[in-house]
Amino acid sequence: MTEMCVLAPTGSLGAGYRLESLRRAMAWKPDFIGCDAGSTDSGPYYLGSGALHFSEAAMRRDLQHMLAAARNARIPLLIGSAATGGADNQLSVVVGMAEDIAKQAGQHFRLGVIHSEPARDYLREKYHNKKIRPLGTAPSIDESVFDRSAHIVAVAGVEPFQAALDLGADVVISGRSTDASIFAAIPTRAGLAPGPVWHAAKVLECGAAAVVNRKYSDPLVAWIRDDHFVIEPPNPDYRCTPLSVASHSLYENGSPTELVEPSGTLYLDRVTYEAINERAVKVSGSRFESSDTYTVKLEGAELVGYQTVVIGSIRDPVILRQLESWLEGMQGTARQRLEEIFGTDDAASIQIGVRRYGVNGTLGKLEPDPRISHEVALVFEVTAHSQDLATSAAKAVTHIASHYAVPEWSGLISALAFPHSPTELNRGPVYRFNFNHVLELEDPLEPFSIETLNI
Amino acid sequence: MARLAELATLIRSKNAGPFTLTIDIMFGDRATYDRVVQSGVLSRARIGSIYHLREEDVKIFPYAPANAIKVTFPRPVASGDLADGDVLAGQQYAPLVDLLVE
Repeated sequence: MTEMCVLAPTGSLGAGYRLESLRRAMAWKPDFIGCDAGSTDSGPYYLGSGALHFSEAAMRRDLQHMLAAARNARIPLLIGSAATGGADNQLSVVVGMAEDIAKQAGQHFRLGVIHSEPARDYLREKYHNKKIRPLGTAPSIDESVFDRSAHIVAVAGVEPFQAALDLGADVVISGRSTDASIFAAIPTRAGLAPGPVWHAAKVLECGAAAVVNRKYSDPLVAWIRDDHFVIEPPNPDYRCTPLSVASHSLYENGSPTELVEPSGTLYLDRVTYEAINERAVKVSGSRFESSDTYTVKLEGAELVGYQTVVIGSIRDPVILRQLESWLEGMQGTARQRLEEIFGTDDAASIQIGVRRYGVNGTLGKLEPDPRISHEVALVFEVTAHSQDLATSAAKAVTHIASHYAVPEWSGLISALAFPHSPTELNRGPVYRFNFNHVLELEDPLEPFSIETLNI
Repeated sequence: MARLAELATLIRSKNAGPFTLTIDIMFGDRATYDRVVQSGVLSRARIGSIYHLREEDVKIFPYAPANAIKVTFPRPVASGDLADGDVLAGQQYAPLVDLLVE
Protein backbone atom coordinates (compact mmCIF):
# COMPACT_ATOMS: atom_id res chain seq x y z
CA MET A 1 0.00 0.00 0.00
CA THR A 2 1.52 3.30 -1.01
CA GLU A 3 -1.49 5.60 -0.69
CA MET A 4 -4.66 5.73 1.34
CA CYS A 5 -7.49 8.23 1.09
CA VAL A 6 -9.24 8.99 4.38
CA LEU A 7 -12.50 10.87 4.95
CA ALA A 8 -13.54 12.61 8.18
CA PRO A 9 -17.13 13.83 7.62
CA THR A 10 -17.16 16.02 10.74
CA GLY A 11 -15.11 16.85 13.82
CA SER A 12 -17.65 15.31 16.14
CA LEU A 13 -20.65 13.07 15.57
CA GLY A 14 -23.61 15.40 16.01
CA ALA A 15 -21.74 18.61 15.12
CA GLY A 16 -22.97 18.27 11.52
CA TYR A 17 -21.72 18.40 7.93
CA ARG A 18 -23.26 19.26 4.57
CA LEU A 19 -24.53 16.36 2.47
CA GLU A 20 -23.16 17.94 -0.71
CA SER A 21 -19.68 17.98 0.89
CA LEU A 22 -20.03 14.30 1.82
CA ARG A 23 -21.05 13.48 -1.78
CA ARG A 24 -18.03 15.36 -3.15
CA ALA A 25 -15.72 13.57 -0.75
CA MET A 26 -17.18 10.16 -1.65
CA ALA A 27 -16.43 10.89 -5.33
CA TRP A 28 -12.74 10.94 -4.32
CA LYS A 29 -13.20 7.25 -3.39
CA PRO A 30 -11.91 7.24 0.19
CA ASP A 31 -10.59 3.93 1.57
CA PHE A 32 -12.51 4.41 4.81
CA ILE A 33 -14.52 6.91 6.86
CA GLY A 34 -13.68 7.86 10.43
CA CYS A 35 -15.50 10.00 12.95
CA ASP A 36 -14.79 11.13 16.49
CA ALA A 37 -17.81 11.19 18.80
CA GLY A 38 -16.48 12.29 22.17
CA SER A 39 -14.36 14.63 24.23
CA THR A 40 -13.66 15.67 27.80
CA ASP A 41 -14.15 19.29 26.70
CA SER A 42 -17.67 19.74 27.92
CA GLY A 43 -16.62 18.88 31.46
CA PRO A 44 -16.99 15.99 33.90
CA TYR A 45 -20.81 15.90 33.95
CA TYR A 46 -21.11 13.81 30.78
CA LEU A 47 -18.77 11.00 31.74
CA GLY A 48 -20.14 11.12 35.28
CA SER A 49 -23.84 11.06 34.47
CA GLY A 50 -23.88 9.26 31.11
CA ALA A 51 -25.64 12.20 29.45
CA LEU A 52 -24.64 13.10 25.88
CA HIS A 53 -23.22 16.45 24.74
CA PHE A 54 -24.96 16.48 21.35
CA SER A 55 -28.60 15.51 21.06
CA GLU A 56 -29.46 11.99 19.89
CA ALA A 57 -31.34 13.54 16.97
CA ALA A 58 -28.21 15.41 15.81
CA MET A 59 -25.99 12.32 16.19
CA ARG A 60 -28.49 10.15 14.37
CA ARG A 61 -28.65 12.53 11.41
CA ASP A 62 -24.85 12.53 11.10
CA LEU A 63 -24.49 8.76 11.61
CA GLN A 64 -27.24 7.89 9.14
CA HIS A 65 -25.60 9.49 6.10
CA MET A 66 -22.05 8.38 6.86
CA LEU A 67 -23.27 4.84 7.43
CA ALA A 68 -25.14 4.87 4.10
CA ALA A 69 -22.07 6.30 2.32
CA ALA A 70 -19.75 3.68 3.82
CA ARG A 71 -22.09 0.75 3.08
CA ASN A 72 -22.77 1.89 -0.49
CA ALA A 73 -19.05 2.21 -1.21
CA ARG A 74 -18.25 -1.01 0.74
CA ILE A 75 -15.63 0.76 2.84
CA PRO A 76 -15.15 0.59 6.62
CA LEU A 77 -16.65 3.16 8.99
CA LEU A 78 -14.87 3.73 12.32
CA ILE A 79 -16.49 5.74 15.11
CA GLY A 80 -14.44 6.51 18.23
CA SER A 81 -15.24 7.82 21.73
CA ALA A 82 -18.94 7.03 21.35
CA ALA A 83 -20.37 9.07 22.75
CA THR A 84 -19.09 12.11 24.66
CA GLY A 85 -17.36 10.30 27.54
CA GLY A 86 -17.11 6.89 25.87
CA ALA A 87 -18.45 4.91 28.85
CA ASP A 88 -20.45 1.73 28.25
CA ASN A 89 -23.84 3.38 28.78
CA GLN A 90 -22.94 6.10 26.26
CA LEU A 91 -21.51 3.57 23.79
CA SER A 92 -24.74 1.58 23.85
CA VAL A 93 -26.73 4.63 22.73
CA VAL A 94 -24.70 4.91 19.52
CA VAL A 95 -24.68 1.14 18.94
CA GLY A 96 -28.48 1.09 19.33
CA MET A 97 -28.72 4.03 16.95
CA ALA A 98 -26.63 2.23 14.29
CA GLU A 99 -28.72 -0.92 14.66
CA ASP A 100 -31.91 1.06 14.27
CA ILE A 101 -30.67 3.01 11.23
CA ALA A 102 -29.47 -0.22 9.57
CA LYS A 103 -32.78 -1.93 10.22
CA GLN A 104 -34.75 0.90 8.68
CA ALA A 105 -32.41 1.15 5.68
CA GLY A 106 -32.21 -2.63 5.19
CA GLN A 107 -28.43 -2.59 5.62
CA HIS A 108 -26.54 -5.71 6.66
CA PHE A 109 -23.00 -5.65 8.01
CA ARG A 110 -20.78 -6.88 10.79
CA LEU A 111 -20.55 -4.36 13.61
CA GLY A 112 -17.52 -4.32 15.89
CA VAL A 113 -18.12 -2.84 19.34
CA ILE A 114 -15.20 -1.85 21.59
CA HIS A 115 -15.86 -1.39 25.29
CA SER A 116 -13.46 1.03 26.98
CA GLU A 117 -14.75 0.83 30.54
CA PRO A 118 -12.58 -1.79 32.30
CA ALA A 119 -13.70 -3.76 35.35
CA ARG A 120 -12.86 -2.05 38.66
CA ASP A 121 -11.09 -5.17 39.98
CA TYR A 122 -8.75 -5.08 37.00
CA LEU A 123 -7.96 -1.40 37.66
CA ARG A 124 -7.51 -2.04 41.39
CA GLU A 125 -4.99 -4.77 40.63
CA LYS A 126 -3.12 -2.50 38.21
CA TYR A 127 -3.02 0.18 40.92
CA HIS A 128 -1.58 -2.30 43.44
CA ASN A 129 1.05 -3.34 40.90
CA LYS A 130 2.02 0.33 40.42
CA LYS A 131 0.92 0.32 36.79
CA ILE A 132 -1.15 3.48 37.19
CA ARG A 133 0.96 6.61 37.30
CA PRO A 134 0.13 10.34 37.35
CA LEU A 135 0.67 12.73 34.43
CA GLY A 136 1.78 16.25 35.32
CA THR A 137 -0.86 17.90 37.46
CA ALA A 138 -2.94 14.90 38.48
CA PRO A 139 -5.42 14.66 41.33
CA SER A 140 -3.98 12.43 44.02
CA ILE A 141 -5.73 9.08 44.12
CA ASP A 142 -5.93 6.19 46.52
CA GLU A 143 -7.76 2.89 46.34
CA SER A 144 -11.12 4.48 47.22
CA VAL A 145 -11.21 6.18 43.80
CA PHE A 146 -12.17 2.84 42.28
CA ASP A 147 -15.29 2.73 44.47
CA ARG A 148 -16.14 6.44 44.28
CA SER A 149 -15.98 6.92 40.52
CA ALA A 150 -19.21 6.94 38.56
CA HIS A 151 -17.29 5.85 35.44
CA ILE A 152 -13.64 5.18 34.61
CA VAL A 153 -12.65 4.74 30.98
CA ALA A 154 -9.36 3.80 29.33
CA VAL A 155 -8.51 5.75 26.18
CA ALA A 156 -7.88 3.19 23.43
CA GLY A 157 -5.15 3.30 20.79
CA VAL A 158 -5.33 1.80 17.30
CA GLU A 159 -5.05 -1.85 18.35
CA PRO A 160 -8.65 -2.44 19.49
CA PHE A 161 -9.92 -0.99 16.19
CA GLN A 162 -7.52 -3.26 14.31
CA ALA A 163 -8.63 -6.28 16.36
CA ALA A 164 -12.28 -5.52 15.54
CA LEU A 165 -11.41 -5.27 11.83
CA ASP A 166 -9.52 -8.58 12.11
CA LEU A 167 -12.76 -10.09 13.41
CA GLY A 168 -14.39 -9.04 10.14
CA ALA A 169 -16.08 -5.84 11.29
CA ASP A 170 -17.29 -3.54 8.49
CA VAL A 171 -18.32 -0.86 10.96
CA VAL A 172 -16.59 -0.28 14.31
CA ILE A 173 -18.09 1.76 17.13
CA SER A 174 -15.70 2.25 20.01
CA GLY A 175 -16.02 3.64 23.50
CA ARG A 176 -13.33 6.11 24.57
CA SER A 177 -10.36 6.13 22.21
CA THR A 178 -7.75 8.72 21.28
CA ASP A 179 -9.05 11.00 18.56
CA ALA A 180 -6.19 10.18 16.21
CA SER A 181 -6.43 6.39 16.70
CA ILE A 182 -9.73 6.35 14.79
CA PHE A 183 -7.90 7.59 11.69
CA ALA A 184 -4.53 5.88 12.26
CA ALA A 185 -5.85 2.34 12.81
CA ILE A 186 -6.46 1.35 9.19
CA PRO A 187 -3.43 3.10 7.58
CA THR A 188 -0.94 1.69 10.12
CA ARG A 189 -2.56 -1.75 9.72
CA ALA A 190 -1.97 -1.39 5.95
CA GLY A 191 1.71 -0.70 6.59
CA LEU A 192 1.92 3.03 5.81
CA ALA A 193 4.70 4.93 7.59
CA PRO A 194 3.54 6.02 11.05
CA GLY A 195 4.77 9.67 10.89
CA PRO A 196 2.47 10.88 8.09
CA VAL A 197 -0.32 8.58 9.31
CA TRP A 198 -0.46 9.92 12.88
CA HIS A 199 -0.06 13.53 11.78
CA ALA A 200 -2.81 13.21 9.15
CA ALA A 201 -4.98 11.48 11.75
CA LYS A 202 -4.45 14.34 14.20
CA VAL A 203 -5.53 16.90 11.58
CA LEU A 204 -8.49 14.80 10.37
CA GLU A 205 -10.03 14.16 13.78
CA CYS A 206 -11.40 17.72 13.96
CA GLY A 207 -13.00 17.56 10.49
CA ALA A 208 -12.76 20.87 8.65
CA ALA A 209 -11.22 22.68 11.66
CA ALA A 210 -7.94 23.00 9.71
CA VAL A 211 -9.43 25.15 6.94
CA VAL A 212 -8.82 28.92 6.67
CA ASN A 213 -12.20 30.14 7.89
CA ARG A 214 -14.50 27.43 9.21
CA LYS A 215 -18.03 28.84 9.21
CA TYR A 216 -19.73 25.52 9.98
CA SER A 217 -18.69 21.94 10.66
CA ASP A 218 -17.86 19.99 7.48
CA PRO A 219 -15.65 17.16 6.11
CA LEU A 220 -11.91 16.98 5.50
CA VAL A 221 -10.01 14.47 3.34
CA ALA A 222 -6.38 13.33 3.48
CA TRP A 223 -4.32 11.27 1.08
CA ILE A 224 -1.66 9.56 3.17
CA ARG A 225 1.47 8.41 1.34
CA ASP A 226 4.78 6.98 2.52
CA ASP A 227 6.66 10.21 3.22
CA HIS A 228 3.92 12.87 3.27
CA PHE A 229 0.21 13.49 3.24
CA VAL A 230 -2.03 15.89 1.36
CA ILE A 231 -5.04 17.49 3.00
CA GLU A 232 -8.00 19.07 1.18
CA PRO A 233 -11.57 20.00 2.14
CA PRO A 234 -14.23 18.71 -0.30
CA ASN A 235 -16.37 21.83 0.25
CA PRO A 236 -15.47 24.26 -2.61
CA ASP A 237 -16.06 27.23 -0.28
CA TYR A 238 -13.34 25.98 2.06
CA ARG A 239 -9.59 25.84 1.56
CA CYS A 240 -6.52 24.74 3.47
CA THR A 241 -3.33 26.77 3.44
CA PRO A 242 0.07 25.86 4.93
CA LEU A 243 -0.70 28.31 7.76
CA SER A 244 -4.18 26.91 8.46
CA VAL A 245 -2.91 23.32 8.66
CA ALA A 246 0.16 24.26 10.72
CA SER A 247 -2.02 26.32 13.07
CA HIS A 248 -4.30 23.39 13.66
CA SER A 249 -1.45 21.36 15.15
CA LEU A 250 -1.54 23.78 18.09
CA TYR A 251 -5.23 23.30 18.79
CA GLU A 252 -6.02 21.68 22.15
CA ASN A 253 -2.45 20.39 22.50
CA GLY A 254 -0.11 21.43 25.27
CA SER A 255 2.83 21.34 22.86
CA PRO A 256 2.80 22.20 19.14
CA THR A 257 5.55 19.70 18.33
CA GLU A 258 4.85 16.62 20.45
CA LEU A 259 1.70 14.53 20.60
CA VAL A 260 1.70 11.55 22.88
CA GLU A 261 -0.30 8.50 21.79
CA PRO A 262 -0.54 5.11 23.54
CA SER A 263 2.13 3.48 21.36
CA GLY A 264 4.52 6.41 20.96
CA THR A 265 4.95 10.10 20.27
CA LEU A 266 4.36 12.14 17.11
CA TYR A 267 7.04 14.80 16.56
CA LEU A 268 6.26 17.82 14.40
CA ASP A 269 9.45 19.81 14.92
CA ARG A 270 10.76 19.21 11.40
CA VAL A 271 7.52 19.41 9.47
CA THR A 272 7.14 21.43 6.28
CA TYR A 273 3.80 22.58 4.92
CA GLU A 274 3.50 23.51 1.24
CA ALA A 275 0.55 24.60 -0.85
CA ILE A 276 0.06 22.31 -3.86
CA ASN A 277 -2.82 24.44 -5.15
CA GLU A 278 -5.29 27.02 -3.83
CA ARG A 279 -7.01 24.56 -1.51
CA ALA A 280 -4.72 21.63 -0.75
CA VAL A 281 -1.61 21.37 1.43
CA LYS A 282 1.22 18.84 1.37
CA VAL A 283 2.73 18.00 4.76
CA SER A 284 6.14 16.30 5.03
CA GLY A 285 8.62 15.51 7.76
CA SER A 286 6.26 14.23 10.49
CA ARG A 287 7.96 11.61 12.66
CA PHE A 288 6.52 9.01 15.01
CA GLU A 289 8.70 7.26 17.57
CA SER A 290 7.42 4.16 19.34
CA SER A 291 7.66 4.17 23.11
CA ASP A 292 9.10 1.33 25.19
CA THR A 293 6.02 1.10 27.35
CA TYR A 294 2.50 1.03 25.98
CA THR A 295 0.29 3.37 28.03
CA VAL A 296 -3.34 4.39 27.83
CA LYS A 297 -4.80 7.39 29.61
CA LEU A 298 -7.47 6.90 32.23
CA GLU A 299 -10.39 9.29 32.54
CA GLY A 300 -12.77 9.15 35.46
CA ALA A 301 -15.56 11.19 36.95
CA GLU A 302 -17.03 11.03 40.45
CA LEU A 303 -20.06 12.57 42.08
CA VAL A 304 -19.25 15.69 44.12
CA GLY A 305 -22.80 16.21 45.34
CA TYR A 306 -25.99 17.97 44.38
CA GLN A 307 -26.01 21.65 43.73
CA THR A 308 -28.32 24.62 44.04
CA VAL A 309 -27.42 27.90 42.38
CA VAL A 310 -28.63 31.38 43.31
CA ILE A 311 -27.86 34.43 41.19
CA GLY A 312 -28.00 37.87 42.79
CA SER A 313 -26.36 41.15 41.87
CA ILE A 314 -25.09 44.15 43.79
CA ARG A 315 -25.17 47.71 42.44
CA ASP A 316 -24.81 49.71 45.68
CA PRO A 317 -21.32 51.29 45.69
CA VAL A 318 -21.31 51.29 49.49
CA ILE A 319 -21.52 47.48 49.58
CA LEU A 320 -19.20 47.02 46.59
CA ARG A 321 -16.46 49.10 48.29
CA GLN A 322 -16.34 46.46 51.04
CA LEU A 323 -17.39 43.43 48.97
CA GLU A 324 -14.80 40.96 50.28
CA SER A 325 -15.30 41.74 53.98
CA TRP A 326 -19.07 41.78 53.46
CA LEU A 327 -18.92 38.31 51.86
CA GLU A 328 -16.67 36.99 54.59
CA GLY A 329 -18.91 38.24 57.38
CA MET A 330 -22.02 37.03 55.59
CA GLN A 331 -20.58 33.54 55.11
CA GLY A 332 -19.65 33.32 58.81
CA THR A 333 -23.22 34.16 59.78
CA ALA A 334 -24.58 31.73 57.17
CA ARG A 335 -22.39 28.92 58.52
CA GLN A 336 -23.74 29.50 62.01
CA ARG A 337 -27.31 29.37 60.71
CA LEU A 338 -26.64 26.12 58.77
CA GLU A 339 -25.40 24.50 62.00
CA GLU A 340 -28.53 25.58 63.82
CA ILE A 341 -30.77 24.09 61.13
CA PHE A 342 -28.94 20.95 60.02
CA GLY A 343 -26.62 20.10 62.94
CA THR A 344 -22.82 20.24 62.93
CA ASP A 345 -22.14 17.20 60.71
CA ASP A 346 -24.53 17.97 57.87
CA ALA A 347 -23.65 21.67 58.01
CA ALA A 348 -19.95 20.85 57.71
CA SER A 349 -20.64 18.74 54.61
CA ILE A 350 -22.29 21.68 52.81
CA GLN A 351 -19.98 23.59 50.46
CA ILE A 352 -20.72 27.21 49.65
CA GLY A 353 -19.01 28.83 46.66
CA VAL A 354 -19.54 32.44 45.62
CA ARG A 355 -18.49 33.57 42.14
CA ARG A 356 -18.01 37.30 41.71
CA TYR A 357 -18.78 38.35 38.12
CA GLY A 358 -17.48 41.86 37.69
CA VAL A 359 -14.49 41.02 39.91
CA ASN A 360 -12.89 37.73 38.83
CA GLY A 361 -15.75 35.43 37.81
CA THR A 362 -14.09 34.38 34.55
CA LEU A 363 -10.44 34.00 35.53
CA GLY A 364 -10.70 33.21 39.24
CA LYS A 365 -7.22 32.79 40.71
CA LEU A 366 -5.63 33.69 37.36
CA GLU A 367 -7.14 37.22 37.28
CA PRO A 368 -4.42 39.92 37.27
CA ASP A 369 -6.75 42.96 37.19
CA PRO A 370 -7.78 44.06 40.73
CA ARG A 371 -10.54 46.45 39.57
CA ILE A 372 -14.18 45.92 40.50
CA SER A 373 -16.98 46.79 38.10
CA HIS A 374 -19.75 49.26 39.05
CA GLU A 375 -22.03 46.27 39.47
CA VAL A 376 -21.19 42.73 40.49
CA ALA A 377 -23.16 39.54 39.93
CA LEU A 378 -22.77 36.97 42.66
CA VAL A 379 -23.43 33.35 41.83
CA PHE A 380 -23.92 31.34 44.99
CA GLU A 381 -23.32 27.61 44.56
CA VAL A 382 -24.42 25.43 47.43
CA THR A 383 -23.34 21.80 47.14
CA ALA A 384 -24.48 19.03 49.48
CA HIS A 385 -24.99 15.25 49.63
CA SER A 386 -28.62 15.55 48.55
CA GLN A 387 -30.55 17.99 46.41
CA ASP A 388 -32.95 18.59 49.29
CA LEU A 389 -30.14 19.59 51.62
CA ALA A 390 -28.52 21.80 48.96
CA THR A 391 -31.81 23.60 48.27
CA SER A 392 -32.65 24.04 51.95
CA ALA A 393 -29.16 25.37 52.68
CA ALA A 394 -29.31 27.72 49.69
CA LYS A 395 -32.57 29.20 50.98
CA ALA A 396 -30.93 29.95 54.34
CA VAL A 397 -27.74 31.38 52.80
CA THR A 398 -29.68 33.55 50.37
CA HIS A 399 -31.90 34.98 53.09
CA ILE A 400 -28.88 35.92 55.20
CA ALA A 401 -26.99 37.41 52.24
CA SER A 402 -30.03 39.36 51.14
CA HIS A 403 -30.16 41.33 54.38
CA TYR A 404 -26.55 41.19 55.59
CA ALA A 405 -25.75 44.61 57.10
CA VAL A 406 -23.03 47.13 56.28
CA PRO A 407 -21.95 49.68 58.93
CA GLU A 408 -22.79 52.70 56.72
CA TRP A 409 -26.52 51.94 56.57
CA SER A 410 -28.73 51.68 59.62
CA GLY A 411 -31.86 49.55 59.46
CA LEU A 412 -32.71 46.49 57.37
CA ILE A 413 -31.08 46.49 53.92
CA SER A 414 -31.77 44.54 50.73
CA ALA A 415 -28.28 43.86 49.45
CA LEU A 416 -29.03 41.61 46.49
CA ALA A 417 -31.05 41.98 43.29
CA PHE A 418 -32.46 38.57 42.40
CA PRO A 419 -33.50 38.07 38.77
CA HIS A 420 -35.49 34.90 39.53
CA SER A 421 -38.41 33.75 41.63
CA PRO A 422 -37.82 31.26 43.12
CA THR A 423 -34.23 32.40 43.60
CA GLU A 424 -32.89 28.84 43.82
CA LEU A 425 -32.01 26.90 40.65
CA ASN A 426 -31.51 23.18 41.22
CA ARG A 427 -28.61 21.87 39.15
CA GLY A 428 -28.89 18.22 40.17
CA PRO A 429 -25.75 16.07 40.45
CA VAL A 430 -22.34 17.64 39.84
CA TYR A 431 -19.18 15.68 39.07
CA ARG A 432 -15.43 16.14 38.98
CA PHE A 433 -12.69 14.59 36.85
CA ASN A 434 -10.59 12.45 39.15
CA PHE A 435 -7.88 10.92 36.95
CA ASN A 436 -5.04 12.40 34.98
CA HIS A 437 -3.11 9.16 34.92
CA VAL A 438 -1.81 6.58 32.52
CA LEU A 439 -2.20 2.85 32.75
CA GLU A 440 0.77 0.74 31.67
CA LEU A 441 -0.23 -2.26 29.58
CA GLU A 442 1.40 -5.56 28.69
CA ASP A 443 -1.01 -5.93 25.78
CA PRO A 444 -2.73 -2.97 24.02
CA LEU A 445 -6.05 -4.86 24.13
CA GLU A 446 -5.91 -5.63 27.87
CA PRO A 447 -8.50 -3.18 29.30
CA PHE A 448 -10.80 -3.34 26.28
CA SER A 449 -13.38 -5.92 25.31
CA ILE A 450 -14.46 -6.38 21.72
CA GLU A 451 -17.63 -7.97 20.44
CA THR A 452 -19.02 -8.33 16.95
CA LEU A 453 -22.68 -8.26 16.02
CA ASN A 454 -24.23 -9.30 12.72
CA ILE A 455 -26.59 -6.53 11.75
CA MET B 1 4.81 50.08 20.73
CA ALA B 2 1.73 48.10 19.81
CA ARG B 3 -0.81 46.06 21.68
CA LEU B 4 -0.59 42.29 21.19
CA ALA B 5 -4.15 42.23 19.78
CA GLU B 6 -3.11 44.69 17.04
CA LEU B 7 -0.29 42.39 15.98
CA ALA B 8 -2.00 39.01 16.31
CA THR B 9 -4.53 37.51 13.92
CA LEU B 10 -5.90 35.37 16.73
CA ILE B 11 -5.40 35.02 20.46
CA ARG B 12 -7.28 32.06 21.92
CA SER B 13 -7.25 29.81 24.95
CA LYS B 14 -8.49 26.26 25.38
CA ASN B 15 -8.18 23.15 27.51
CA ALA B 16 -5.46 20.70 26.53
CA GLY B 17 -7.23 18.00 28.49
CA PRO B 18 -9.10 18.83 31.72
CA PHE B 19 -5.96 19.67 33.71
CA THR B 20 -3.97 21.86 31.33
CA LEU B 21 -4.63 25.29 29.85
CA THR B 22 -3.10 26.38 26.56
CA ILE B 23 -3.05 29.79 24.86
CA ASP B 24 -2.26 30.30 21.17
CA ILE B 25 -1.12 33.66 19.85
CA MET B 26 -1.07 33.64 16.05
CA PHE B 27 0.39 36.14 13.62
CA GLY B 28 -0.32 36.77 9.96
CA ASP B 29 3.30 36.81 8.80
CA ARG B 30 6.78 35.81 9.84
CA ALA B 31 7.99 39.38 10.43
CA THR B 32 5.31 40.07 13.05
CA TYR B 33 5.89 36.68 14.66
CA ASP B 34 9.63 37.38 14.82
CA ARG B 35 9.01 40.83 16.29
CA VAL B 36 6.92 39.44 19.13
CA VAL B 37 9.26 36.49 19.80
CA GLN B 38 12.26 38.83 19.92
CA SER B 39 10.46 41.40 22.11
CA GLY B 40 10.50 38.85 24.91
CA VAL B 41 7.06 40.01 26.04
CA LEU B 42 5.79 36.44 26.15
CA SER B 43 8.39 35.10 28.56
CA ARG B 44 7.81 32.54 31.30
CA ALA B 45 8.50 35.20 33.94
CA ARG B 46 6.04 37.66 32.40
CA ILE B 47 3.27 35.08 31.96
CA GLY B 48 3.92 33.82 35.49
CA SER B 49 3.55 37.30 36.95
CA ILE B 50 0.36 38.06 34.97
CA TYR B 51 -1.41 34.86 35.98
CA HIS B 52 0.11 34.48 39.48
CA LEU B 53 1.94 31.29 38.47
CA ARG B 54 5.33 29.90 39.33
CA GLU B 55 7.67 30.53 36.43
CA GLU B 56 8.65 26.86 36.29
CA ASP B 57 5.02 25.89 35.66
CA VAL B 58 4.84 27.96 32.47
CA LYS B 59 5.91 26.60 29.09
CA ILE B 60 6.40 28.82 26.04
CA PHE B 61 6.60 27.29 22.56
CA PRO B 62 7.42 29.55 19.62
CA TYR B 63 6.22 27.61 16.55
CA ALA B 64 7.49 29.20 13.35
CA PRO B 65 5.64 26.91 10.86
CA ALA B 66 2.35 28.42 12.12
CA ASN B 67 3.76 31.91 12.96
CA ALA B 68 2.40 31.21 16.42
CA ILE B 69 3.47 31.26 20.04
CA LYS B 70 1.93 28.75 22.41
CA VAL B 71 1.75 29.27 26.17
CA THR B 72 0.84 26.27 28.32
CA PHE B 73 0.40 25.95 32.08
CA PRO B 74 -1.53 23.76 34.53
CA ARG B 75 -5.09 24.83 35.26
CA PRO B 76 -5.42 26.15 38.83
CA VAL B 77 -8.53 23.94 39.08
CA ALA B 78 -9.55 21.10 36.78
CA SER B 79 -12.19 21.70 34.11
CA GLY B 80 -15.65 21.61 35.66
CA ASP B 81 -14.48 21.40 39.29
CA LEU B 82 -16.57 23.34 41.81
CA ALA B 83 -14.23 26.32 41.73
CA ASP B 84 -13.74 26.35 37.94
CA GLY B 85 -15.32 29.28 36.12
CA ASP B 86 -14.44 28.37 32.52
CA VAL B 87 -15.09 24.74 31.60
CA LEU B 88 -13.51 25.08 28.13
CA ALA B 89 -10.89 27.61 29.32
CA GLY B 90 -12.08 29.70 26.37
CA GLN B 91 -11.69 33.18 27.94
CA GLN B 92 -8.44 32.73 29.83
CA TYR B 93 -6.39 34.55 27.18
CA ALA B 94 -8.00 37.91 27.98
CA PRO B 95 -5.18 39.39 30.14
CA LEU B 96 -2.78 39.08 27.17
CA VAL B 97 -4.88 41.07 24.67
CA ASP B 98 -3.59 44.50 25.70
CA LEU B 99 0.03 43.57 26.43
CA LEU B 100 2.37 46.18 25.00
CA VAL B 101 4.99 44.94 22.52
CA GLU B 102 8.14 46.90 21.61
